[in-house]
Amino acid sequence: MTFFETTEVTVDPTATHVDKTWKYTSPLITCRFDPAGKYVFATAQDNALIRWTLADGAMKVYKGHDSWIRDIEFSQDGKTVVSSGCDDRLFFWDVEEAAEEPKPTREIHAHKGWIRSIQLSPDGTLLASGGNDRIVKIWNMADGKLVKELVGHEIDIYSVMWHPKDGTLFSGDLTGKIYRWDTVSDKPALIYDGKDLYTANTGQKAGYGGIRGMALSEDNKTLYACGLHKATNPFGAVQEPLILAFDLESKKVVKKWEVAGLKAIAWEIKLHPQGFLFCVCGGGAGGYLTFIKPDEDKDYHRAKLPNVSRGMDLHPDGVQICVAHYDKQLRICRLQAKVEEKKEG
Amino acid sequence: MKSNYACKSNEHEIARRGFLGTMLGTAGVVGGLGAFTNRSIATELERKQKRVVVFNMAGGISQLETWDPKPGTDTGGPFRAIPTSVPGVHISELLPKTAKLMHHLALVRSINIKENDHGKGRYAMWTGRRQTPAQDFPQIGAVMAKSLGADKNALPGHIQVSSSTGGRSNDSAYLGPAFASISIASGKPPANSARPEGMTEKQDILRNEFRRSADNRFSLRRRSAQTDAYAQSYEQAQQLMANRDVFDITKESPKDHERYGKHELGQHSLLARRLLEKGVTFVQVTHSNYDTHNENFNFHLEQVGEFDKAYSALVEDLAVRGMLDSTLIIVMSEFGRTPRINQYYGRDHWGTAWSICLGGAGIQRGAVIGSTNDNGTAVKDREVDHGHLFHTYLQAVGVDSLGSFSIGGQDIPVADPSHAPIEELLA
Repeated sequence: MTFFETTEVTVDPTATHVDKTWKYTSPLITCRFDPAGKYVFATAQDNALIRWTLADGAMKVYKGHDSWIRDIEFSQDGKTVVSSGCDDRLFFWDVEEAAEEPKPTREIHAHKGWIRSIQLSPDGTLLASGGNDRIVKIWNMADGKLVKELVGHEIDIYSVMWHPKDGTLFSGDLTGKIYRWDTVSDKPALIYDGKDLYTANTGQKAGYGGIRGMALSEDNKTLYACGLHKATNPFGAVQEPLILAFDLESKKVVKKWEVAGLKAIAWEIKLHPQGFLFCVCGGGAGGYLTFIKPDEDKDYHRAKLPNVSRGMDLHPDGVQICVAHYDKQLRICRLQAKVEEKKEG
Repeated sequence: MKSNYACKSNEHEIARRGFLGTMLGTAGVVGGLGAFTNRSIATELERKQKRVVVFNMAGGISQLETWDPKPGTDTGGPFRAIPTSVPGVHISELLPKTAKLMHHLALVRSINIKENDHGKGRYAMWTGRRQTPAQDFPQIGAVMAKSLGADKNALPGHIQVSSSTGGRSNDSAYLGPAFASISIASGKPPANSARPEGMTEKQDILRNEFRRSADNRFSLRRRSAQTDAYAQSYEQAQQLMANRDVFDITKESPKDHERYGKHELGQHSLLARRLLEKGVTFVQVTHSNYDTHNENFNFHLEQVGEFDKAYSALVEDLAVRGMLDSTLIIVMSEFGRTPRINQYYGRDHWGTAWSICLGGAGIQRGAVIGSTNDNGTAVKDREVDHGHLFHTYLQAVGVDSLGSFSIGGQDIPVADPSHAPIEELLA
């Protein structure tokens, strides 16, 4: 039984529209809803973490990093928000911060190089981080101490994701390799080869692509990874989004979705509780939310956004999606038809 | 078509006799320099010869991710600034090894070439003049080779190390083909430079003697620029064949391969060191590519990391081996990149306010010339352009940039006469 069958909420991706827009002073990078769905946090090119209250759009700015923040995560109780920076550091902050100038409650010098991705373990006790030093690190959420280092990637790590049931951890890198680590034993990691998400452009001498986002199917038997392909001109942003589906057991690619004709990168992918996948795509084509049914061969809807999009998250209500945009705007989209206001008289 | 060389000017006669004479005499000198780690040999070579090495950061490297970082501003991007060995001077955190060697180097942070086109920017930076349909000008390598007497050397005086397939370029304009660059592909000896199988050494000597004899007879009455170029190409090929080992970087130690990096730029930079040690006047190493309209930061992370390793190893080696005082090192592009970060996390073309790094021969060590405003969108003081830089490079190695070349009886200024060197940058 899915979340929506339980709550009887209906969504219609084909009716996706922008419901709210909040403006910041610098281009945005990524965004996340807090677990309670009260706030949306975003990061920006001025190194800030920004919190908007969903109900009224009230804004608070958290400053502490001295470089861009690439990812955001929350503690299981929803009281702590963690930011991972290009300044090698993890900062822990109070979600309900009231001070004029918020200060971090904890700072960890976690990696040598950018920390591109973080995620909390399903039981809420551990935080995984990965970045440019090619090491996956696992931290104790309670005291911030390092628990384990996972070494094996030969190039920058772009994304990390926990398996919801078995304690394994996925980490995807620039060349499209996804390592599945057994965090309990010291067994060698399983490797899923997503080479289609990597382009070694010999003309421009550039390695381009990477596992930009990951998701698992509802039955946890299929791993989805998103990014880009057809990078005929990496320096000119000529590429198209690509999503791969791996069979978790055989490690084989069992399906590919090309978001054909869209000059963009698929920055993130998520599985909606109603069973469809959705990606945020941004690039020369602008910004899009694209929707895919796992049993179909092509994306079935593309919702055009007003500007180039870079990151997104799904609200716990399953209806709202926040999107971080280059034009400094955070947009809240709804996966439902617009409700027309009744005209008086 | 005959050129003005047919006028038999004294200048050209002397140059040609010099060239042919040194053909026989300098091979031993070059061969005898060996690995050139001996400081006394280095001093001797320094007295005789200045050399130049240019790192061509093709496509336009970002000044904000290298020499003029602006962290914490709207244009700064994600990289931070780090201190260098020169107190008060900070550069991008992408250059940690270079930062430790900053006392050997200098920065020019106030370049405005008023050009945002690859071709035109490159022409301006490499010739010191704007491109016009009226006249073509020689590139810096050709000018250096000519001015520093590279034609007296057994080896080519103007070498470009790149991943191209090799061959001779057309970049010397009125200075003639003797000073045009020879491309060395990927650290290998020039193509077809080995004696053909089946031909003995004696046969080879005999056929070349016959060729020279025929050439000389022909030249007595019908000498022209073309015949000179023809003869010189053959003679230079002979020298290359005799010195193929100069291009063989497998003769360098595994440790040096590791230090420079096993990537292409590392290997090319190691070859550059080898060529400079052997007395080649001008070497250009190209690092491709920095034209990062998209994902500027990821690509600079990748590329500048490679550069930092290779470049710092070369600077360090030249310093340790006593060659820095005689070798000018220039790191340049056709332009910089926009302070504004575009929607693809990219930076675009920007010739308005950008930087280069240089050091070694004749350069004031640790100097920083000019500055840009807080977020790097404009030059704040001591604005210079390609013309000033070109004069400065030449003056740094002792060439009178205000002088002229005499070409077919016509005086052509060595550098743009409307400009002058950056005096405060010169040692």
